[in-house]
Parts: sequence; C-alpha cells; structure tokens
Amino acid sequence: MSRLPRQALASAFLHRKARWKPLEFAFWITALGAAFAFPSQQLLLSEIAILALFALSLDLIVGYAGILSLGHAAFFGIGAYAAGLISLHAVAEPVTGLILSGAIAGLAGLATSFLVLRGSDLTKLMTTFGVSMLLAEAANQAAWLTGGADGLSGIVIDPIVGLFEFDLFGRTGYLYCLGVLFAAMFIARRIVNSPFGLSLKAIKRNSRRAAMLGISPNRRIVAIYTLSALYAGFSGALLTQTTSFVSPDVLAFHRSADVLLVLVLGGVGYLYGGVIGAVIFTVLRAWLSVVTPQYWMFWIGLILVALVLVGRDRISPARLLAGLRARTGRPASSPAQHQKEEA
Amino acid sequence: MLTILFDGIAYGMLLFVLACGLAVTLGLMNFVNLAHGAFAMAGGYVTVVLMNRYGISFYWCLPAAFLLSGALGALLEVTLYRRLYSASHLDQVLFSIGLVFMAVAGVDYVMGGQQQLISLPSALSGRFSLMGVDIGRYRLFIIVLCAALTIALQTTLARTRIGSQLRAAVDDGRVARGLGINVSLIFILTFALGSGLAGLGGALGVELLGLDPNFPLKYLIYFMIVVTIGGTSSITGPFLAALLLGIADVAGKYYLPSLGAFIIYAVMIAFLILRPNGLFSREGGR
Amino acid sequence: MASVLRRLFMTGAALCSLLFSHAQAAETVKIGLVLPMTGPFASTGRQVEAGVKAYMALNGDTVAGKKVEVVLRDDAGTADQTRRIAQELVVKDGASMLMGFGLTPLALSVAPVLSQAKVPAIITSATTSIITQKSDYFVRTSMAGPQSAVPVATWAAKNGLKRVVTLVSDYGPGIDIEKGFTDQFKKDGGEILEAVRVPLQNPDFAPFLQRVRDTKPDAVFVFVPSGVGSIFMKQFVERGLRDAGIKLIATGDVTDDDLLNGMGDAALGVITGHFYSANHDSPENKAFVAEVRKANKNMRPNFMSVGGYDAMALAYAALKKTNGDTDGTKLVDAMKGMTWVSPRGPITIDAKTRDIVQDIYMREVKKVDGELYNVEFATFPKVRDPNTP
Repeated sequence: MSRLPRQALASAFLHRKARWKPLEFAFWITALGAAFAFPSQQLLLSEIAILALFALSLDLIVGYAGILSLGHAAFFGIGAYAAGLISLHAVAEPVTGLILSGAIAGLAGLATSFLVLRGSDLTKLMTTFGVSMLLAEAANQAAWLTGGADGLSGIVIDPIVGLFEFDLFGRTGYLYCLGVLFAAMFIARRIVNSPFGLSLKAIKRNSRRAAMLGISPNRRIVAIYTLSALYAGFSGALLTQTTSFVSPDVLAFHRSADVLLVLVLGGVGYLYGGVIGAVIFTVLRAWLSVVTPQYWMFWIGLILVALVLVGRDRISPARLLAGLRARTGRPASSPAQHQKEEA
Repeated sequence: MLTILFDGIAYGMLLFVLACGLAVTLGLMNFVNLAHGAFAMAGGYVTVVLMNRYGISFYWCLPAAFLLSGALGALLEVTLYRRLYSASHLDQVLFSIGLVFMAVAGVDYVMGGQQQLISLPSALSGRFSLMGVDIGRYRLFIIVLCAALTIALQTTLARTRIGSQLRAAVDDGRVARGLGINVSLIFILTFALGSGLAGLGGALGVELLGLDPNFPLKYLIYFMIVVTIGGTSSITGPFLAALLLGIADVAGKYYLPSLGAFIIYAVMIAFLILRPNGLFSREGGR
Repeated sequence: MASVLRRLFMTGAALCSLLFSHAQAAETVKIGLVLPMTGPFASTGRQVEAGVKAYMALNGDTVAGKKVEVVLRDDAGTADQTRRIAQELVVKDGASMLMGFGLTPLALSVAPVLSQAKVPAIITSATTSIITQKSDYFVRTSMAGPQSAVPVATWAAKNGLKRVVTLVSDYGPGIDIEKGFTDQFKKDGGEILEAVRVPLQNPDFAPFLQRVRDTKPDAVFVFVPSGVGSIFMKQFVERGLRDAGIKLIATGDVTDDDLLNGMGDAALGVITGHFYSANHDSPENKAFVAEVRKANKNMRPNFMSVGGYDAMALAYAALKKTNGDTDGTKLVDAMKGMTWVSPRGPITIDAKTRDIVQDIYMREVKKVDGELYNVEFATFPKVRDPNTP
C-alpha cells in the first residue's frame, strides 16, 4: 500500500537533485566564453580542464564511496601512456585514442579494485599509493615501451575527427578538453543522482548497515572505482594529446597529492568541488610562480594553512551550492563533516 | 651477508627514529601530521648550522637538534596544531601539507637549495671488522643509540605515570580531564617529544640520507609506510616495520639491484593485503 | 550587466597589453628562461640562473642595438609544466629565444613547440644525446651525452685500471653514460665486471657499494646526479672501498664544484673527467667565477652555471650576427658553427648537429689555498658526442 507513494517520492527526490541549477549553466557558459575572452591563456585553461576532470574522477571515489586514494595518478598515468602509445603505433585520431586509453585505465582500475575493499583509510591511502609507485617505477624501467625516464616523444596527434587541428595557441586543445570534461560531468551527474549513486552514499556513511538493507557494498565499490579510473584515464590521455609528450612524472607522487589537495580545496562530494579547486589551485600557482618563481610554494602553503585555520567550511565554494544540500534534509553539514563521520 | 643485515638494521633503526613521532601523533593523538618530516629537517639543519658555522661537535649537535625541534614542535602545537585536533582528517592533511610547503620554501630561502654536508668526528667514521663482518662505526652508533631510545620510549609509555596519563588522555580526553589529568599539557609534551625525536633522526640522517629543502616531501612517504605497516597502536609495531623495511630494502638492493626501487613498495602492498590494519592492530583500528 | 561590461573591459585590456608588448618587442629581445627552481632539481636552476645573470652583468644588457630581457619561469621539473610555460613564453610574452631545461624529458617536451613556432632553444643542462635530433631549433651549451665519460674510459685503460664496475643512476643520461664508457673501455682492452644501476630516488647507497666491494674490481666508474653525488662520495669512503684498493673514477657530476668543499677530505684524490672546473686557469674563467661569487653569497659556480653563461654568450653572438633580427630560423643558422672561448675553454657549436664540441679535462681533487678543487691535469681536445657520428 505504502510502497507506491514512497517510490514516487524517491524518484521525485532524485529528479529534483538531478535538475540543472542556474549556477551550473552560468559556470559552463563562462568556461566556454573563456575560450574566446582570453586568447592568450588557452594553455592554462586546458591545464585547468584536465586537472578538473582528474579531480572529478577522484571525487567519485572519495566523495561518493569514501575511498581515500593517494595513488590516483596511477590511472592518470596509464591513460597518458596509453594515449601516447596508441597515437605512436595505432591511430593518431584523438577521440578514438581517448576512448581506448580511458578503457585501458578503467580495466586497470577494475583489476586493482580489490585492494581498496578492505582496511582503514590509512591502509587504502597507502595501498593505492604503493600501486602508483610500482607503476611509476615500471614505466621508468620498461624503456623499450615507455621511453624510460626520457619519456615518449615524437607523438603526432591528428586533427580531432579529422577536422579540427591543434593550434599553437591551444584553443582547439582547450575546447576539446572542455568538451570531454562536460561530457564526463554530464554522465557523472546522472550516475550519482541515480539509485546507484544514493546506494553508494549509503555505503559511505555506514557500509554494514547498507549491507543489511540489501546493498552489496563490494560490487558497487568496484563499479565506481572502475568508473573513476576510466575518468582519470581520460584526463591523462587529454594531457598527452594536448602536449604531445609523455614523461614518467605523469605517474609521480606529487600528481596524486596535488589532485587530492585540489579536491579537498574545492570541497568533497558534490562533483563541482574538484572543478572549482582546479580553477583556484592552477590560477593561484600560475600567478604565484610568475611573481616569485623560487618561493611560490611558501605562499601556497600559507594560503592552505590560513584556509584551514579560518575554517574551510566558512569560505568553501561548497556554500555556493548549499541550496542543493538544504533540500536533502542535512542542512548544516558540510562535506568535510561527512568525511569525519566516516572516520 | 651479515654486513648487509647489519646495514639494513641500521637503516631501519634510523627510519624508526624518524617515523616514531608520526606513529605517536597519528596513532595516539589521531592527527594526520604530514609535516612530520619538516621537524626532521629542522633537526638536520640545526646540526648543519651548528657544526659548519659554529664548529660545535657532532655529539652536542644531537641533543641540540632534539631540543630545538622539540621546542619548535611545542610552539607549533600551542599556536596551531591544538586548534585542529577535532578537525576532520582532510583539514589536517590540508593544513599540514601547507606547513610542509612553507617549510620547504622557507628553508630554501634561508639556507639555499643545495645538498648540505657535514663531516663526522673521526671516531665515528670508517669501519672495523668483527668476526669477519664488516661494521661501519657510524651505523653501529646509530643502532646503539636508536635501540636505547626505543627501549626508553617503550618503558616510558608502558610503565611510567606519564605514559599511562597519555594513554588515558587519548582514549577519552573528557574522562581523563575529569580525573585531574592535565590533558593539554600531556599533548604538548607528547607532540614535542615526537618532533624532537624526528629532529634527532634528521640530525643522524644527514650523513646517510642527505639533507636539502625537499627532505620533508622526499621522506614523508617512507614515514607513512613505516606507520602504516606497523600499525599505530603501539611503538613495537612501527619499530618492527621499520626494521623489516630497512632490511628488505638493503638486501633487495644488494641481491636484486635491478629491482631495487620496487622492493619497498612491493613489501608494503603485500603486507597491507595480508594485514590490512597493520602488523599489530587494535581491534577495529582507525 | 556590470560583469559583462567588466568582461569586455578585461578583454580589451588584455588585447591592448598584447599589442603593446608586441610593439615593445621591436626594441627589446625577450629570452624565456625555463628552469626547475623548486623541487628536487632546484639547485640546477639556481646555478644556471646565476650563470645567465653573470653573463649579463659582465657584458651589459644590450646587443646589436637591442635590449635583452630575460624572463625566468619555474617548471618545478615537471614536463607538462615546461611545455606549457615554453608555449606561453612564445605565444603570450613574445619570447624570441628559449633557454634552460634542467632534465632530458623537460627539454624533449618542448620540441614540438619549437618546431611549430620556429623559436630556437638553448639547452643549458639536459645531456641526453637524442635531444638535439628532436627539433631543428635545439642548440646545446651543456654537454652532449657521454662526452665526459669516454675520455675517462681511455684514461683508465691507459693507467692500468683493467677491471671496472660501472655504477650509474638509472635514467636516460645515466644509461647513455654507461654505454659510452663501456664501449670505449672495451675498445681499449678493459673488462667490465658488472654494471650496477641505482634508482634515481635513492636514499642509501650502502647495498650497491657493498656489491661493488664484493666484486673486487680495480676501479668503479660512477655517474650520479650532482646532489646525491656528494652523499655517494662519503659513503664510498665510509664503506672502506678506498682502503680495499678500489679506485673511484667518475664524471665531474660527482665532484660538483658547488658541493665539493663540503665533502671534506673524503674527496681528495678522486679522478674525474668533465668539461668545466671552477679552477680552470684562464682570464675568462677568473672573471666568471668572481662575478658569480660576488652576486650569490660566495657560491662557487659549477658546470651547470657555465652552461647558462655560455647559453647567453651564444644568444648574444647570434643576435650580433643577425644584426638584431629575431627571426628564429636566422638565429639558429647564426648559432651553427659558432666558436668562442668560454670560461671552460674553447668550444664550438657543431654546424650539423647543433651540439656542443668541447675539451674534456681529466682532473684530480686537490687542496688549493685551503679549498678543495678539481685540478685539471690532462686535456682531451675537441671531444664530440660519441653517439652521433
């Protein structure tokens, strides 16, 4: 008797969450406009888009499945190397290469997902880290395939679907990255606002209780981890295709650490956090490293410390989308606090 | 063969002294302090400056490094860290990595980016042969010193009043406070001790690990490995983990030099698969 | 509405500044200097920058009627950053030459930019042989591949060191040098007992050194990057390899001038082959060393620094030859075949490979006026990169 209305309620709830907000429209239009408003900043913009996609992929597992990863660069790197190798040895058309590289990274995610099913936060952090370091070392050793420490060079990328050539100013590159980011965001929104996405959040809050409700945690975690790896692979492939070069630092530790930083900076668990974090972090770093090429790290550090001490929640971009959360019935809680409940 | 074992033990002991402070803050105080390496670096630079600029003997530099890094730790605890004990782990990560960035750039500004070098006193350099085993004097010194420290630390934590007060303060701060334990003082002392030990490790490590402004970032990961494998519930866990890693790393590099860089990570992953909560874990560890 | 207006204004301002900077470019020549100023290779960046500044301090900032402006950027040793910065320098700042590039992958990553934008890039530090073949706009003033290792092999074979273990860092330049040394050494009748490769990120050399010791060679040939080189030196002595009668021969990276003094007496007597020593006896070098020391808190210049100095020298000479024309192809053509006397000695840019041809010196670490120096005792003139015919 009561089942039907409850179902209707639930689907109405999901629909409401899935609706595009005006702020989101504004964001994407601005991003598109930037391609024409800042003709000399296209490279920085591409870098932001790539980092944003990478952070988005991390948000899928950190924000929705509660898996802290310090080795996400593993999939980024696999995607980057795959894209490089594909364009060197198979097809130089970028979209095909992108899809194939993403798929390879996704498979790698599937294969290693069993590592993140057990253990505490710290354990997961370190196993993912270990995997990425092993891969980095393997890329360095397997010089016959990856070019070793010198990296893969001589990569030639054909025009996108045979029509749009990558120019020196990088506008094509930026629009391409932005397009991929948008598509990825579009799909990610649909996934997290589906029953599957809700069940993930349930697992994140309390996996034992979720299991009792008939949600199988492991299979869902494997699924989202694979998706996240796929996304990370896309972002790596985008880097290769826009710079036509791959070096072992695509797998380096600092990349995993940076992306985690970016995500935390922007806010965990609402998809746009990574994007906003990527904008703030990249612009800040680019600006500071021009002003003070040697000591920019100091100022970034100072900003991070100040940010935490002042209270990340108070000035977090997450507040901008607070309206979205208010409707979920958990008004005051911030992503950070969710994280803590977990710990 | 035995020389390799000996070197591995020395390396492991050094790792332990460097990392045990992290085990204390992470395990006992539940604070993810990624800036731990910065205290080690502070100790290292104290030693370098005292020795090279003021000509003070290496033996005096060690306690100085311990005390100064400890004091620095206490200062930061009172001014900054204290506010974040109840913050989320992600906040703590953001905060402490910010501190690391500041330390790296600050030291670069003050001391320059080059590798820092010291000359050990002659009594500690060179090596001698004992029953066919070649023993480096400095490594022996490290082993003896670190072993003594470990025993002292373990006894303090397990046997003394302050040790049990600390454990009580950590397990339930409110109740401990109710029992008249000065929890915040205990935390300052513990934090200072952890930082001081890191500083001492940094001072001892200048000769073996090198010292440049990137030290905290470069070795952060080794500390994390030690703490993760060892578990954070006791001192014994990280101690054994550090020894194991030291020996595995050194032996691996000796016998399989081409796989040298893989070994430390492979060992870690293998361990975490077998024992996801560390060597010795408290039930339902954090 | 207001924000739209502001956007319009910003765009206008950006366009104006773009036009303005191009108008300015008529009088000033911008040179983009891309170096790792932070991260593990920061000391490389520091030294190269010191060399570049020293040249400008000694030779003024105008050449062929144009003012030279150096724009320094940090790439933190990350290839995609290098690539973006290089591209921005060319597209946005209107740099007519690029300079720097601390490591091989960093240099390789900009190759497509150079070929597309037709802008010359002078490499001040990266050494792997293949780099200059990847773009026609690469010119090098540091060192080409195993240039410094080959003379060491010849010298060792002549001086009775017949059984040698090689120990190199496991990355591009290390493998290049290992191969260069091994080939020459075998040709001269030597025997390589074992080739040990050490991971680049390596805290402790002990196990590798123990392995070398247990092999009991006449000598061990070493190449590791300069920072860890000093740690290596100390552990070499501490492990008693010297007492066991094993000689240490190396490329000059191990006895980096910048760090040599801090290594103490452990370094005495080490034989190395390299292209530059701060002790090189020439008026050019004396002026260079004095200037670097004056401007950088008494820092001693090393081989990286001289790479930066000569890159500037080459840029000035090329501009003089083109009469201030900043067309990239003309500049590269002007650089080809250029010969001059650098603080390190006479050097030439090969007209065909755009790579450096220079004298390699055999040196021994000795005490000079209370400081440790690499004292040159033999010269191999006009050494070319053995990997490119």
